[in-house]
Amino acid sequence: MEPIDPSLIDWSRAQFALTAMYHWLFVPLTLGLGLIMCIMESIYVKTGHEFWKNVTRFWMKLFGVNFAVGVATGIILEFEFGTNWSNYSWFVGDIFGAPLAVEGIVAFFLEATFISLMFFGWNKLGRGTHLMSTWMTVFGATLSAWWILVANAWMQYPVGMDFNPETVRNEMVNFAAVALSPVAVMKFLHTVTSSWVLGAVFVVGVSSWYLLRGKHNDFAHASIRVASVVGLVAALATGVTGHQSAVQVARIQPMKLAAAEGLVDGGQGVGLVGIGLLKSGVNWGNPQEDPFFFKLELPRALSLLATNDPNGYVPGIRNLLEGGYPGEDGLPALSAEQQMAIGKKAIQSLITYRAAREADDAAAAKSSAESLRHSFRYMGYGYLHSPEELIPSVVTTFYSFRVMVLLGGYFVVLFAGLFLLGRRIERLKLIPLGVLLSIPLAYLASEAGWVVAEVGRQPWAIQGLLPNCAAVSRLATSSVQLTFWLFFVLFTVLLIAELCIMLRVVADGPDSSTEIPVAE
Amino acid sequence: MTYTFLQEYWCFLVCFLGALLVFLMFVQGGQTLIFQLGRSEEQRRMLLLVTGRKWELTFTTLVTFGGAFFASFPLFYSTSFGGAYWVWMLILLCFVIQAVSYEFMHRHSNLLGKRTYRCFLFLNGVLGPVLIGTAVGTFFFGANFVVNKLNIASSVAPAAISSWTTPWHGLEAVADFRNVLLGLVVLMLSRCLAHLYFLNRVDDVEMRSRGLRMLPWEVSLFFVFFLTFAACWLSATGFVVSETTGSIVPMEMKFLNVLMDRPEILVMLLAGVGLVSVGLLLPLVRHGSRYGIWWAGTGTVLTVLAMLLSAGWGFGGVYYPSLADPQSSLTLANSCSSEFTLRVMSVVSLMIPFVLLYIIWAWRALEKKSIDSSDIA
Repeated sequence: MEPIDPSLIDWSRAQFALTAMYHWLFVPLTLGLGLIMCIMESIYVKTGHEFWKNVTRFWMKLFGVNFAVGVATGIILEFEFGTNWSNYSWFVGDIFGAPLAVEGIVAFFLEATFISLMFFGWNKLGRGTHLMSTWMTVFGATLSAWWILVANAWMQYPVGMDFNPETVRNEMVNFAAVALSPVAVMKFLHTVTSSWVLGAVFVVGVSSWYLLRGKHNDFAHASIRVASVVGLVAALATGVTGHQSAVQVARIQPMKLAAAEGLVDGGQGVGLVGIGLLKSGVNWGNPQEDPFFFKLELPRALSLLATNDPNGYVPGIRNLLEGGYPGEDGLPALSAEQQMAIGKKAIQSLITYRAAREADDAAAAKSSAESLRHSFRYMGYGYLHSPEELIPSVVTTFYSFRVMVLLGGYFVVLFAGLFLLGRRIERLKLIPLGVLLSIPLAYLASEAGWVVAEVGRQPWAIQGLLPNCAAVSRLATSSVQLTFWLFFVLFTVLLIAELCIMLRVVADGPDSSTEIPVAE
Repeated sequence: MTYTFLQEYWCFLVCFLGALLVFLMFVQGGQTLIFQLGRSEEQRRMLLLVTGRKWELTFTTLVTFGGAFFASFPLFYSTSFGGAYWVWMLILLCFVIQAVSYEFMHRHSNLLGKRTYRCFLFLNGVLGPVLIGTAVGTFFFGANFVVNKLNIASSVAPAAISSWTTPWHGLEAVADFRNVLLGLVVLMLSRCLAHLYFLNRVDDVEMRSRGLRMLPWEVSLFFVFFLTFAACWLSATGFVVSETTGSIVPMEMKFLNVLMDRPEILVMLLAGVGLVSVGLLLPLVRHGSRYGIWWAGTGTVLTVLAMLLSAGWGFGGVYYPSLADPQSSLTLANSCSSEFTLRVMSVVSLMIPFVLLYIIWAWRALEKKSIDSSDIA
């Protein structure tokens, strides 16, 4: 059997990243705008005022345009696990497939069924039933996110399974451990609340444009009122869940945290880099000089962020490769070389187990199975050829992390300001302009968060168990290159089309014949 | 519940989702009729409106079909998707352009223009059923792959556990005319179902009479394709698990033997074909009857379910035969998830009737009255 071409791995990764990043442009707006739309329609049903119905319908138009592309890119992602990561699909499909199936049965049908009622049911359903349809659509989308994030969290923190050498795959033994893993819960909360922030920024941004133009002012103020409350609560919640996520990352993916901080040598009471500029061409496994041109550091803040203790120990990249620092169990951590050696032993044990089974040698099979059981935790390391492969792209992770966190802080200030300003925003032209320009920043923060989570965990498809090089499908590299460019062109055209339509919808504005909600 | 029962149960569910998908492809069939049936802009918009209310169900069923297949038979997911790369990629591309077209087509400033999006829908309408039919044909007539799960156990250079043995990565399926024939059967069925659906949903005298004039030709063509395929299918040599050696061996007229061996599948098939026939002929016999879609729809689900089950349920369940190495063929037993996973998923599957109930409720809520020109205003 031919070994896998290394460039195939890169192209497969690139294709998956392309699809995921495009998909992730649309999903947060679906979740965030969806919630705001639900609140607006609830106000309509409660007050009976047609104004709120028209406000809701306007945002629903934009929701629909965005939703379609989100759905289109999502289907590709689901099937790409099979098309581009066939070893992965077998090796962990017993666990990973379940959340995807549950998503389809429980969440996606809910979303797809009620969205038709939501769009086409305004004149066919009672007010209450229509409102229920809108909530169910958004609930379905959020539930869908739950199951997808359960699957994603499991890749970062594999739990609730055992390796079966008979079938050469991991098998689920505890569904609750998978579905309710603390990483999944936190990932869901962080992702959904950050999506609400994006939705809220979108609404206040578009509304600010109307204020700048002096059009649809009542509509704009009403929308800003709802969105700024949602945005403020969500931005604060995103900060809290972000901190909790960082604590988890420090424990289960310390290399990701070290890369996000550009931290070579860790220790106790480590500072957090607020802003920094990295040197290029650094050998992150063993740098000979300070990798920063400059950095502004908050003393002890990284220790506090990662361990909830200002004097807590945080390992750096070199510590993680060389080992010897105090591990969670109190014992010195293994070096990368040691983990790789144990991993190779695990792979060898699997081979000898299968050979013993074929030879009907029960004693040898039992001994190999026992050896595999002890070493399996490090099996993924056995596929690596050098410790440096364990280091993700530090530059990408470092800057993405800063973009995400700094913009997260900015959004708290933005929404608090909008909340306090109320209708006075109209008189301060620079503020609406700033709010409008914040829309791309929300997307930037959202994508940066995805980059930190996914680039930061490289080279793993499944943390510690399966690196990308062992997960990929055996395809001609040229085939994947071709589909990569096909998707790139298609998604880009669709994105441009969506932007053109959205800009037109915004330019046309809401139904201006609507009465103003007096003193609501 | 034994492990074997769970495997068969999940095979049934996946086949059921596949059967629902084929029925719901009346949306695709409808998209191929936009330019033929609808002559004026108003008529085309009516057709697009009625199919536009249903495309998400087809789409969702495809996604759930994929998810359920992944969860219950991951080796299929790994082998077929990773091997027949181009067929699946083309299917996905078809569905991507469909998803955006309905939403974008009638919007101002949609970049590509209304006609382009309608052409996308037409392409999806033709290629979707043909490609899916061709891909499903390989369940009966085989594909070119080999599987060795131990390939992953190499620390020097891990290889893929399943790989395709032709450089065409799935496109070679068209070289077997029986696969293409199945694609054409699905295409013609989707068009016939679309006619019936339009008769049921659209109140437009002109389109109605045009549809009724087209229907006999479409139905005839469907039956020609279907009966030819049925003859190929029933006479095909398939693969089964030998009861004596446990190895995978060829069996002449496998699918006919399955029908004889599993009478419940035979009954389902006959009932399905009967209902499809009644549904297709009803509007022709009772001029313009609106109810053909329900007969033909139910019949489609039963027929497709029976045909798919004939691949999975009979004689060791060799549902995805390998032409390159018969011993690599996928069976229910060697490709399924663990007993624990299937058991957990079976509990989740108890929600399916509830899902069907709210879909029916939503369908009825939206479809209380037929579409006419006033809905386009």
